[in-house]
Amino acid sequence: MKIGVFICYCGENIGRTVDCAAVAKATAMLPGVAHSEDYKYMCSDPGQNLIKQAILDKKLDAIVVGSCSPHMHEKTFRKAAAAAGVNPYMVEIVNLREHCSWIHDDIPSATKKAIDLMRIAIEKVKRNDPLTPIRVPVTKRALVIGGGISGIQAALDVANAGYEVVLVEKEPSIGGHMSQLSETFPTLDCSQCILTPRMVEVYQHPKIKLYAYSEVSNVEGFIGNFSVTIRRKARGVRDEVCTGCGLCVQKCPIKKAQNSFEEGMAIRPAMYVPFPQAVPNIPVIDREVCTYYKNGKCQMCKKVCGRDAIDFEQQDTFVTEAIGAIIVATGYKLYTIDKKPENSLIKGYGEYGYGMYKDVVNGLQFERIASASGPTNGEILRPSDKSEPKKIVFIQCVGSRDEAKGFTYCSKICCMYTAKHAMLYKHKVHDGEAYVFYMDIRSGGKMYEEFVRRAIEEDGVKYIRGRVSKIYEDDGKLVVKGEDTIAGMPVTINADMVVLATAMIAQSEAPQLAQMLGVPYDTYGFLQEVHPKLRPVETSTGGIFLAGACHSPRDIPECVAMASAAAAKTMVLFGSDMLEREPVVAKVHADTCAGCFYCQKVCAYSAIERKEIRNRQGELIKTIAYVNEGLCQGCGTCNATCPSKSVELIGFNDEQIFNEILALDEVF
Amino acid sequence: MYAGECYKQIGTSGNTEEMKMHEVHKDPFIEELIAITGQDPAQCYQCGKCSAGCPVREFAEDAPNRVVRYVQLGFYDKALQSNTVWLCAGCQTCSGRCPKDFHLAQFMDAMREMGTKRHIVTKEKKTVAFHESFLDQIKWNGRSHEFGMVLEYKLKTMDLFKDVDLVPGMLSRGKLSILPEKIKDGNSVKKLFKEKE
Repeated sequence: MKIGVFICYCGENIGRTVDCAAVAKATAMLPGVAHSEDYKYMCSDPGQNLIKQAILDKKLDAIVVGSCSPHMHEKTFRKAAAAAGVNPYMVEIVNLREHCSWIHDDIPSATKKAIDLMRIAIEKVKRNDPLTPIRVPVTKRALVIGGGISGIQAALDVANAGYEVVLVEKEPSIGGHMSQLSETFPTLDCSQCILTPRMVEVYQHPKIKLYAYSEVSNVEGFIGNFSVTIRRKARGVRDEVCTGCGLCVQKCPIKKAQNSFEEGMAIRPAMYVPFPQAVPNIPVIDREVCTYYKNGKCQMCKKVCGRDAIDFEQQDTFVTEAIGAIIVATGYKLYTIDKKPENSLIKGYGEYGYGMYKDVVNGLQFERIASASGPTNGEILRPSDKSEPKKIVFIQCVGSRDEAKGFTYCSKICCMYTAKHAMLYKHKVHDGEAYVFYMDIRSGGKMYEEFVRRAIEEDGVKYIRGRVSKIYEDDGKLVVKGEDTIAGMPVTINADMVVLATAMIAQSEAPQLAQMLGVPYDTYGFLQEVHPKLRPVETSTGGIFLAGACHSPRDIPECVAMASAAAAKTMVLFGSDMLEREPVVAKVHADTCAGCFYCQKVCAYSAIERKEIRNRQGELIKTIAYVNEGLCQGCGTCNATCPSKSVELIGFNDEQIFNEILALDEVF
Repeated sequence: MYAGECYKQIGTSGNTEEMKMHEVHKDPFIEELIAITGQDPAQCYQCGKCSAGCPVREFAEDAPNRVVRYVQLGFYDKALQSNTVWLCAGCQTCSGRCPKDFHLAQFMDAMREMGTKRHIVTKEKKTVAFHESFLDQIKWNGRSHEFGMVLEYKLKTMDLFKDVDLVPGMLSRGKLSILPEKIKDGNSVKKLFKEKE
């Protein structure tokens, strides 16, 4: 075997502490090395040409490059080798920069270490086999989990590119939190007016299959080849015959159910459609409230339905879909502070009296109050006595940036929506006074800072820097005790109503979903991307992408941008018929495998399956382990666990590793 | 290990060792404060929630958060001279509501201790005298002795005749005893004081 060695100076990065010429000279002496040279920038075009030329001139079989981390330029050098006719897996990269020059300062010993590292890689490359990448087929069909604005955008983008999309939404209607908002910053355009056309577009799109009131119950498979089971929750109404006439909703006699769309500030019947523009416009029976499910009585809806669509006995059904890529867009939840949630990280805000005083409301409740379709038809009326509040206080950072209560992060949107709330209030209550308690105003974004200044300068909202300590009721007023930290003066405001800008938190089911998908998540339950800067929508599991607030608190424009990015990544995946991936996977030797399945127990990716070996008569001889190459990530845990050494990690087999260690023997 | 996992570790307590390597040397005043309270005033992000809920705020020269600010900026004398330090009632409302879990009541106590040690003169001479008289009684007797405390306080402030008319009534009802009641193991309390000093 003829091996070529190339040492890169990386400008001064390696050359400063490692004598590259000496390394090239020393490695040239090693057995098997037919060519050795050094160059200032091996990754540059002339550098790559050096490699190609050497391969052609000296008929090299394998090359070793001493340069930066393989994360940076392994691909570059493999491509250069392939262009000159050498199998790309006959290329080894030695990390002389991060592993040697950057961490040492003594030139002679760093040079010696560099030579040793090169010797190790040369011993390995001698035992490398030419490999071919694994090719797996791609199912060109995307699953979008969550039908809020992020899910809608992602689904439309992928579908408009010509691929089929399955959209799953757990609520009876798509639309998410955006459908609850009154107006949107910084333009103050009506949220429903810009959202509902998109919802209808999703419903009418021939490429989108919508499963509303459904949940993902199981995910199997791997990139390009997922098999997803979806649980369709029983509506009690057969959606294939229902026309959405709404007669059952009108006639339902049970009208005392809490309206969750109105954030508990209104009531609705047991048979309901969440809001008038719901998509699909098919009602659902609230089984906890409906008297039929309690004592078998009523059945009014069944009597009035002209299409015989009501089916009280309807059960949850399961459908399985073949999927190539998954976009997770499960969104956020608002931090509710009246009850202590199961998540023990969160402590309540007893001092602000939310849940105790009716006129202390959260951000989403104020959105409903300000919304033209809300419980007050858009008039600003306080919940307790439906009177117009003349003095209103907005408190920012409730829950957010509060280590003691459980969240260290900034929820990012509250500064903007509080400014919007205060503006909406001032536009509707001209003689009213609006106060905002803030710690910092974070209004980064196009026209955002201008929007906040408009609230202060044009609409006369009074901003007070300081956190509120306590709210208590006194003589029908809410007494808000704060401190103006700029003036250094205590502030007490007798308010009629208080709006708390509570934190955005992860959905409580997010960790379970993440575990099902094999996607990492942070302490707070937000899903984790692979790289915070360069790969913000991809997860560490291939073929699963993130969109919107399930990743971190973000506003509508950012959600839409992220959804389109996730859709673009999905389209990149669907752009090819076959997927190529690294052939570094485990392989089980069938003749020695004893079928103990220790490997199956330790595998973190569920890549080990059982395979039956039968003779020609069809009798079972033994059951052995078998590696699914699509799932295997090449971590090598099975290899280390196998008691009979029957698992080999291709590209890193025992012979290669032992010879690397033996090469070090000369060092000690 | 895949990349996502790696971020998770960094995000939590994975790199405490590394943190120690980069420890910054603090000013001696701050180091002393940290030694007493176990917390760094840099933690405070000046939201003002402590001041908003403080019951003695309206009597104090500076809002409690401002005293922390002085310390953060290095104006130690200004902080120690502030009467806020001595007016603090130790009700701990601030500590209970602090979003950063900064124990402000403990900070104020440390400031009183450090101010006394440095012989800082504040406007609140009487409060300081009362503070010292009370602590002296604990040091000598292991528990509070009202008569001794009143005596020491009066000598310190030279306000000898205030409330003297109350003494006969209190004596006759057994509210004041001339001699202190000592505790069984007085030495252990003295040892505590010695350790602190």
